[in-house]
Amino acid sequence: MASSFTRILSSKRNVGILSLVGGSVAAGFLLHREHVTAGEPLRRRYPASAEYPDLRKHNNCMASSLTPAIYAKLCDKATPNGYTLDQAIQTGVDNPGHPFIKTVGLVAGDEESYEVFAELLDPVIKERHNGYDPRTMKHPTDLNASKIQSGVFDERYVLSSRVRTGRSIRGLSLPPACTRAERREVERVVVDALSGLKEDLTGKYYSLTLMTEQEQQQLIDDHFLFDKPVSPLLTCAGMARDWPDGRGIWHNNEKTFLIWINEEDHTRVISMEKGGNMKRVFERFCRGLKEVERLIQERGWEFMWNERLGYILTCPSNLGTGLRAGVHVKLPRLSKDPRFSKILDNLRLQKRGTGGVDTAAVGGVFDISNLDRLGQSEVGTNHSMWRITSIRPSVSLKFPIC
Amino acid sequence: MPFGNTHNQAKLKYSSEQEYPDLSKHNNYMAKILTAAMYERLRTKETPSGFTLDDVIQTGVDNPGHPFIMTVGCVAGDEETYEVFKELLDPVIEDRHGGYKPTDKHKTDLNPDNLKGGDDLDPKYVLSSRVRTGRSIRGFCLPPHCSRGERRAVEKLSVEALAALSGDLKGKYYALKNMTEAEQQQLIDDHFLFDKPVSPLLLASGMARDWPDARGIWHNDNKTFLVWVNEEDHLRVISMQKGGKMKEVFTRFCTGLTKIETLFRDRGHAFMWNEHLGYVLTCPSNLGTGLRAGVHVKLPNMSKQAKFDEILSKLRLQKRGTGGVDTAAVGGVFDISNADRLGFSEVELVQMVVDGVKLLVEMEKRLEKGQSIDNLMPAQK
Repeated sequence: MASSFTRILSSKRNVGILSLVGGSVAAGFLLHREHVTAGEPLRRRYPASAEYPDLRKHNNCMASSLTPAIYAKLCDKATPNGYTLDQAIQTGVDNPGHPFIKTVGLVAGDEESYEVFAELLDPVIKERHNGYDPRTMKHPTDLNASKIQSGVFDERYVLSSRVRTGRSIRGLSLPPACTRAERREVERVVVDALSGLKEDLTGKYYSLTLMTEQEQQQLIDDHFLFDKPVSPLLTCAGMARDWPDGRGIWHNNEKTFLIWINEEDHTRVISMEKGGNMKRVFERFCRGLKEVERLIQERGWEFMWNERLGYILTCPSNLGTGLRAGVHVKLPRLSKDPRFSKILDNLRLQKRGTGGVDTAAVGGVFDISNLDRLGQSEVGTNHSMWRITSIRPSVSLKFPIC
Repeated sequence: MPFGNTHNQAKLKYSSEQEYPDLSKHNNYMAKILTAAMYERLRTKETPSGFTLDDVIQTGVDNPGHPFIMTVGCVAGDEETYEVFKELLDPVIEDRHGGYKPTDKHKTDLNPDNLKGGDDLDPKYVLSSRVRTGRSIRGFCLPPHCSRGERRAVEKLSVEALAALSGDLKGKYYALKNMTEAEQQQLIDDHFLFDKPVSPLLLASGMARDWPDARGIWHNDNKTFLVWVNEEDHLRVISMQKGGKMKEVFTRFCTGLTKIETLFRDRGHAFMWNEHLGYVLTCPSNLGTGLRAGVHVKLPNMSKQAKFDEILSKLRLQKRGTGGVDTAAVGGVFDISNADRLGFSEVELVQMVVDGVKLLVEMEKRLEKGQSIDNLMPAQK
């Protein structure tokens, strides 16, 4: 009786069939405390309306765009790797958001997520990236650092300069979805390529699972070590699975070029130094990135990129350049001016505390960086950073410039 | 599967060695038992609803464990998990449940008349009595694996069944996402409200997804019978009251559970159960009876005895602080409950608690008077 019953249930879309059958058949089957054996594929399937998440208390980009109609259209689809809509939106369902800060609320599990779930991702991208329409627009990539003319700041105010971005290896799933073997493959491919870097970029890889106590302490002292993510925005997306397997940090001997492997993205590439020489930081950034790209191409790999979305990363907020160029700058007087936020806004800049996102500024020192990621090239974004040089004279003269 | 490419098709393009987790720093039952060879044999399998080996072990991979405390390190996503992955789960169960063999049969006994005594634990020492267990509804995936639709269906069925309870079991359901501020405060004051899990052991298995959707608390008007819906299991059923009348608590527990089971059956549903594993729950540690019967009892003198832990062990009891698992005892008041879940019936386990606590209180009274307890020392149960 058990096996014939499971055969009845093997067809799809049997909404609550046990409740329909009810009565004698189910009662007869179920009164016996029988051992249920694994047999035909058996999973209760519900219509999209029964699966649609409750987003009434939510305030994130996913919740703004995911109508029941779009959900119904996309919920049965999967990317070639098997990534589904429910997986993509899980982080946004689990984290309703803050009334004042609008998070994105979804992630990509692979490059194809942006295509298969385009009907949801396109409006999210549009909202997050100021109206950028991936269906009609093209994103410019420009990593030619020689185009930057100025970019050396007054070191009495600018304490440090940093440029970061991310890169994904085409053909391998992204951190929310990757298996352990895929993650280890990312590590292998990238570490192998980085071992080919030369001169001022020569460096060493420190695997999180293998590093010694001393190495760990040194990396902490250098402010290089990244921890297992604690933010529920990240953990709910599944990107902290199997920690610390396949994760590590590579940096050059001069400690000015650093790569995180398998944290929130396949790679995060960081160029930085103390002081205000953003020009040199950006030059090293572009040179290093191009060298790494050449080295992986030699081995038959490439970065995820297309002309609609630029560089493809896990979070839609990091598409395009994935670039955040920023400085730690002393602005004790300007920050107290009520027009500070508006000034930053007009310059397309954002402020953070010196601990990074979600921290407070200490001693009047702010982390000032670009707001935009998609729609403007790397060079163009850096040009907007130079406008901060126009703010500096105002600090001493107390005349803010808009 | 809540996270990741655990579909077998996508993952099988890599070899088993490439996928096998690094368990070198791990100390949980899963890590002890899952060899590379076993991983290779089991990784191509999945349950009928699509739960895979990687899904089973994710929590154990993500939580290496504590050097002194052995966690289980695996969960079930559906009833069939225990069958499809028995090569891993049978040894885990055997290790965790004191040598319970794959061929052993588990007895279920929910007849409170079979309990001897238990109505006269001294209320000057025994402050409260409580019995809890879990139940899963056959045919639905368990919390690590269920979709929103499935979870909501479990809630709907449970609420409908519970609404039919009457007499001293008549009560009301409070959905977590709909409750008012006042209701929430009352439930906190009554110590009924459960929170979104924060333990990484639970989060890593995916059971907190979509919180608080389809989660809630039902309790009777007398506040002596309580059901949690969709927390770590489909249902957690709790009977409790102040004082030492464990027999009364257990009677209400059995009556309530049996009534609930009948109400589900009337609606065409059964609880997950089989004669080898008893009641099937999400965590292998809760198989069998899933029962924890306990008291809050004042044992300030007993607890200072060097042989306290040894005595508890002989009585097959365990101690916890009054905040529950992983808390400290406050004011010499301990939570004393049965250590076993599988291989003993419900009546047998509650009997152990009743007999054991009676003995402990007697020992406490002797120590208060400065008398010896040597002739009260128990034998190993």
